[in-house]
Amino acid sequence: MDLNFTEADQAFRQEVIEFLSVELPADISRRVHADLPVSKEDTEFWHAVLHKRGWLTYNWPKSFGGVGWSPVQQSIFEEECATAGAPRILPFGLKMLAPVLMAFGSKEQQEHWLPRMCDGTDWWCQGYSEPGSGSDLASLKTTAVKQGDHYVINGQKTWTTLGQYANMIFCLVRTNSDTKPQAGISFILVDLATPGIEMRPIRTLDGGQEVNEVFFTDVRVPASNLVGEENKGWTYAKYLLAHERNGIANVGISGQKLARLKRLSLTQKRNGKPLADDPLFAARLARLEIELRNLETTNLRVLDGFSKGAGPGPESSMLKIIGSELEQNFDDLTRRALGRHAQAHTPQVFEPGYNGPQVAPQDMANQSAAYFNKRKVSIYGGSNEIQKNIITKMILGL
Amino acid sequence: MDFQPTEERRMLADMIGKFIQNDYPLKERLTAGSSALGYCPTAYSTMAQLGLIGALFEEEVGGFGGSGFDIATVFTELGKGLVVEPLNDTALTTGYILAQTDQLDLVEQIVLGEKRVALGLIENGADYDWSAPETLARKTDAEWQLNGVKTSVKFAHGADALIVSAQTQSAPGISLFLIEAAATGLAEHPFQTVDGGNACEITLHNTPAQLLGVEGAAYPLIDAAAARATLALCAEALGLMERIKDMTIDYMRTRKQFGSELGKFQALQHRVAQMLLEIEQAKSAVINAANDLQAPADERNRAISAAKYSIGRIGCAVAEEAIQLHGGIGMTWEYDLGHFAKRLVMIDHEWGDQDFHLMRFAES
Repeated sequence: MDLNFTEADQAFRQEVIEFLSVELPADISRRVHADLPVSKEDTEFWHAVLHKRGWLTYNWPKSFGGVGWSPVQQSIFEEECATAGAPRILPFGLKMLAPVLMAFGSKEQQEHWLPRMCDGTDWWCQGYSEPGSGSDLASLKTTAVKQGDHYVINGQKTWTTLGQYANMIFCLVRTNSDTKPQAGISFILVDLATPGIEMRPIRTLDGGQEVNEVFFTDVRVPASNLVGEENKGWTYAKYLLAHERNGIANVGISGQKLARLKRLSLTQKRNGKPLADDPLFAARLARLEIELRNLETTNLRVLDGFSKGAGPGPESSMLKIIGSELEQNFDDLTRRALGRHAQAHTPQVFEPGYNGPQVAPQDMANQSAAYFNKRKVSIYGGSNEIQKNIITKMILGL
Repeated sequence: MDFQPTEERRMLADMIGKFIQNDYPLKERLTAGSSALGYCPTAYSTMAQLGLIGALFEEEVGGFGGSGFDIATVFTELGKGLVVEPLNDTALTTGYILAQTDQLDLVEQIVLGEKRVALGLIENGADYDWSAPETLARKTDAEWQLNGVKTSVKFAHGADALIVSAQTQSAPGISLFLIEAAATGLAEHPFQTVDGGNACEITLHNTPAQLLGVEGAAYPLIDAAAARATLALCAEALGLMERIKDMTIDYMRTRKQFGSELGKFQALQHRVAQMLLEIEQAKSAVINAANDLQAPADERNRAISAAKYSIGRIGCAVAEEAIQLHGGIGMTWEYDLGHFAKRLVMIDHEWGDQDFHLMRFAES
């Protein structure tokens, strides 16, 4: 057992830090640190910067153009990106669709779609959930009926994150209704410019707009856009869920939030003294720091195991539950640290020319909204309840 | 012992409930909450005309209630409607201070809804402690003048006057001052609050003010006013939780996944059960606090802190759990739950959060 970083790891960390200090614009990192939405342009810009360096596909296998980093290096990269305030790499194409295409897509599909998601030609979004099919995803009702060399899609998808920026969507659709639900689902790629598609925004409780509903009316999609075999889509979706592990624990982001909280606790006052000296607050902060230290090692143990061929088991679900709850707990404690000022909602302080009151410390001006927004992380991507079902199903074997 | 509300309070509660049902749609509340004032002045006046403010004051000062249970009754019902109009911030709390300092004409206007008076105690936004203001009051030949900055003064924008705390050079301790909204040297910087509503940062520069009560002796008065404000917040939170409970139970009964209602899954049943019993505990905490509002200050403050701690802890847990049990729909603006949850969590940030009150209880 050796938990020390090697000299090579440390040199790698330095390389990442230097890259970020040169390439990441201050106005972007400022918005990311303040938990404000990142614009389409800024995301595309950052993807291009990473792509130029060859790091956009840092978690891809070398055979598909990945960089071949060890799990420790991948973690270092994620940690330093979070610390620097880099926009997150959009997961829908690069981390979700790409592994499915690599495992189940045709050679033509791989050669066509993988380069396009790297060079920014395509912005992918996800069409899984439906109004009546959330946790029970397999009950989905959107149909795809084969007519000649096309599928005709009818139905509705929802919770489509950043669909307003996307030009492509990958969907789970029903191609067979006469069998058990899981056995009649297919995985298909749809161009959002196809006639019959309507995207409508859903406003979230914090006032933000990042999710959408997508309506499909007689949408004709080339049969060549089907991934793998018809009615095997559920297998592919499950494969993705079990293999989705990079960054799922959000260790880097939580680490950045810990550092931010520590800084904040020195400047904020409670009962006339620094917040850091308040024993109840100090205990809350200590608990989170301990959880994070534990998670860092859990995360590395899991990644190391995967790299040596273990799994897939319930590990991704475990990381998702612990990581999402920890991130929410950091947002919760940040809100508490702001005291009376947590109620202020003044994201406009980030706009140029703003001359109103500076209520909370500036990088905290959107924190209460961010706290409410982050309630989503224990709901999306398979709610934590579903993740617990997956864990016990695998372990109990009943 | 009798845990039944009196006939009068039952009628009061029913009347408020009907007003909310018939005349206070959530959509209009949300619009008002994000307007420049942060509330609807017409709705405020209507509530005053219905006697909702009068119920918060004793007969001697022009009201017809004023006990802890009267305050709890009104604010529990207002909570059920997610009412944003600042009956707590610009009537209950400041009206009590004014009544205790013989400003009865102004109290009468507050009771009738004709005047609104905001309260500025907090200066460092992270802190809940109001006991050591740095705002300085100086007596010139003719009048008092104030210099300082108050923050998170709720609903000061549009109020007719302000009460602020300050220290004076001639006496130790805190003093309270009444300032006209149009007074010279007063600048307000309004901002939105995340739960709908408005607050201001107030700067005072040689601002003329009127001393309320005895110089340097306002601590017990603020403490008593804070007890009323905190009780009202706890009661409001209870009303919010009652509605959140109803929404969650309704959703558990009707939403189907995996071929049956969510409420049939045992893992979720137990979580709903936990939520329900916690809310009952919160209700008892509010009853205790209402009962002890007239008790000697130490006893009163213990009950108030016990309630605010309980409400803070349980309120945040209920808000988060209800959203989680709803899933995605609970995250949307269109669905009512999120707005109730936002207000419920933000109540933990007014008049001391759960940690603040836990320590105050432990140290008392």
